Amino acid sequence: MNVTLAHTASKENSPSASDNDLSASLQSKVLACMASRSPIQIVGGNSKAFYGRAPQGERLSVLEHRGIVSYEPTELVITARAGTRLIDIEKVLAERGQMLSFEPPHFSNSAQPDVVSTTTFGGAIATGLSGPCRPYAGSTRDFVLGAKVLTGKGEILKFGGQVMKNVAGFDVARLMTGSLGTLGVLLEISLKVLPRHEAEKTLVFACDAQEAIQRMNIWAGLPIPLSGTTFDGGKLYVRLSGSAAAVRTARTKLGGELLTADADYWRSMRDHTAQFFQDASPLWRISMPAASAQLGLKGSWLLEWGGAQRWLKTSLPGNIIREQVARAGGHATLFRGGDRHSDIFHSLTPALAALHHRLKAAFDPYGILNPGRMYADY
Amino acid sequence: MSDINKTAFIAALHRILPAHAVLSSTEDLHPYECDGLSVYRALPLAVCLPETVDQVREILQACHQEKVPVVARGAGTGLSGGALPLTDGVVLSLAKFMRILEIDPLNRTARVQPGVRNLAISQAVAPYGLYYAPDPSSQIACTIGGNVAENSGGVHCLKYGLTVHNVLGLKVLTIAGELLEIGGGALDSSGYDLLALMTGSEGLLGLIVEVTVKLLPKPESAQVVLAAFDDVGKAGQAVGDIIAAGIIPAGLEMMDGLTIRAVEDFIHAGYPVNAAAILLCELDGVAEEVSEQITRVGEILKQAGAIEIRTSRDEQERIKLWAGRKAAFPAMGRISPDYYCMDGTIPRKHLPAVLKRIAALSAEYNLPVANVFHAGDGNLHPLILYDANTPGVLQRTEEFGVKILELCLEMGGTITGEHGVGIEKLGQMCTQFSALELLQFHAIKHAFDPLALLNPGKAVPTLKRCAEFGAMHVHGGKTTFSELERF
Repeated sequence: MNVTLAHTASKENSPSASDNDLSASLQSKVLACMASRSPIQIVGGNSKAFYGRAPQGERLSVLEHRGIVSYEPTELVITARAGTRLIDIEKVLAERGQMLSFEPPHFSNSAQPDVVSTTTFGGAIATGLSGPCRPYAGSTRDFVLGAKVLTGKGEILKFGGQVMKNVAGFDVARLMTGSLGTLGVLLEISLKVLPRHEAEKTLVFACDAQEAIQRMNIWAGLPIPLSGTTFDGGKLYVRLSGSAAAVRTARTKLGGELLTADADYWRSMRDHTAQFFQDASPLWRISMPAASAQLGLKGSWLLEWGGAQRWLKTSLPGNIIREQVARAGGHATLFRGGDRHSDIFHSLTPALAALHHRLKAAFDPYGILNPGRMYADY
Repeated sequence: MSDINKTAFIAALHRILPAHAVLSSTEDLHPYECDGLSVYRALPLAVCLPETVDQVREILQACHQEKVPVVARGAGTGLSGGALPLTDGVVLSLAKFMRILEIDPLNRTARVQPGVRNLAISQAVAPYGLYYAPDPSSQIACTIGGNVAENSGGVHCLKYGLTVHNVLGLKVLTIAGELLEIGGGALDSSGYDLLALMTGSEGLLGLIVEVTVKLLPKPESAQVVLAAFDDVGKAGQAVGDIIAAGIIPAGLEMMDGLTIRAVEDFIHAGYPVNAAAILLCELDGVAEEVSEQITRVGEILKQAGAIEIRTSRDEQERIKLWAGRKAAFPAMGRISPDYYCMDGTIPRKHLPAVLKRIAALSAEYNLPVANVFHAGDGNLHPLILYDANTPGVLQRTEEFGVKILELCLEMGGTITGEHGVGIEKLGQMCTQFSALELLQFHAIKHAFDPLALLNPGKAVPTLKRCAEFGAMHVHGGKTTFSELERF
């Protein structure tokens, strides 16, 4: 099927090398590895090489497989190849007053103007990580509409599409999101995009963790245009985004002090360039019901997402952390640092683990795609 | 299964369930012979009405052991035949799972049993200023379990998402009776996104026995603008103009002239009966924001050539304007003995062209069509009006329906936006997906249900079936399936 290229402005302004379809060559590489049963590690901009278990196998770069395939602002949909740089996509969207609402992290030191973010579109989808607005606007997978993937069988398959509502077939495009390349090499992804907010303000409140958790969750239950909440160093940061009227009304209602340079603050949270994250000790990501009481685990804490995402710097052993987190109804990931050959992701129940095995085999029967990146045994 | 085995199997079901919870006489089975798509009917071997998760597990284990297919059923309001019984199978009704297990206002979640009605959730959490966003038009009757199985939508999807965006956790029983806990109270879980995979899987992967839904704060204010147009194309263009202005309405619905007049005769919502099309655009948020946006949308609609614009001044007027939209289907029932509701999605920009083509097809098939749809997300619901008592007309209606779905595909859309594939659109699945893609779906099903006992034959066609449908594309005299084994 041919996809219409409705938005050509960005292509005219950039070198032709920005539009490059390498599907066929990527496919033949996967087929070759399939024949020799050689493991492949899929690499994009390498900005999230730290994430997941240690990569192994021959590198398969998707960086040159790039270009925006179609972008139609009034359809609220963009389709791009996996190797397209995230900053290029964000730029094209911004030119038309739109954005990726899930604020995908770059993790490439984007706070420094001289450092160009290498993060790719495909990497953002394959890791499925979302930024500060996630609890209010939705996650990466919430915005995925369709995907073209190259499976471990060397087959190029398309799932979902470019329309908002589509229930034909199993939702494989969303299943791919966050699967760390273990089910397929992402070739092309279609995402829902949204208009940028008219206004944005950040309010700061001094309080303790328990009070911050309480406030963040009470406010999330009220019609207030929240778009980010963190509790960091005895302060609660609350971002409001929306129409000027909605932000103004909410600001009056909530009080607090206004934060200047707030865009920088939220970017430093999104990309982990904030002071809290500049540390060599293991960093744990804890995902749990937002309003849960603070856990008694020793270390330094930073709370995001109304308390649904909590960062913990600690040298405590993983099993102690996971036991407490699981009791609170959550799961813990060794996000950065520590032993990358150990269990990075929270273990699954035997029934779920067996199902994961069978799903992996359904897409990658020879176990060649990013083996061991998510869990040790597949 | 032979008659003797049938008797033995029903006896086995009676050992699991009390007598009143196993139906097997023809008379008792009839109420279950179809779902909302009543042109397809079949009587199952038995209907089970369990009340506990343990009973569900035992029924599944019994079916697994005897290789008896299982069709899960909620309220039976589905429109694609997903809950159509299989003659040699069991219908497993979850209608008795009607309890709201927990409401957590601070975390904004509710844990409910699958048989809880969609609207009952919003009603139960209303005292906390919260609601459950997806609102399919059957929300008075349809159950949350069925909503998850179909990934149901509604009129507020553009802004608030589908079921998949509003569910946090599931408890699922596999056909072997194993319990899978997928997600829960947190925003994500480790491993693959099985929550997304289960949502919209039409009962092919597992049996949902508990759902944790996300609740949203009720908007402070909501207002509706009604705009009338003398041309359907202009109305379609206005939809794109609103989105282009950076406004995401809570709902953006369109109705054509035939629908407007049928609705007006039925419930007197005050719609302009001379219009070729009307748009209903709902905006919500804080009061000041809503009144600002209402003004902007009004200007956009005027620019787009609206011949009349009305704005709801209070909640009563808002409800009245929506009442017409919600009564659109029953209103059709008054002017036609039967109607066939289609459900495709297209990129919005093709709305005018698609409506023109549907009108041409309507003339060709000599069957009237009323168009009602979720214009904001390009989700069409053409209603083909027919009389099933006229010989041959049902077949013509179905052919017409297939043409509409193929038109949606041609325009870069999909054969189903929110009603599911079920038994109805198996043929068009062969057009939308390649043989390898269909095989991948089967491989996923096999990972969950190796014996293919959960709703087999629905949602994903076998390649053999595609060949029989003749829906394969022929390239250079060779079919795309020619290299593949037929089974």
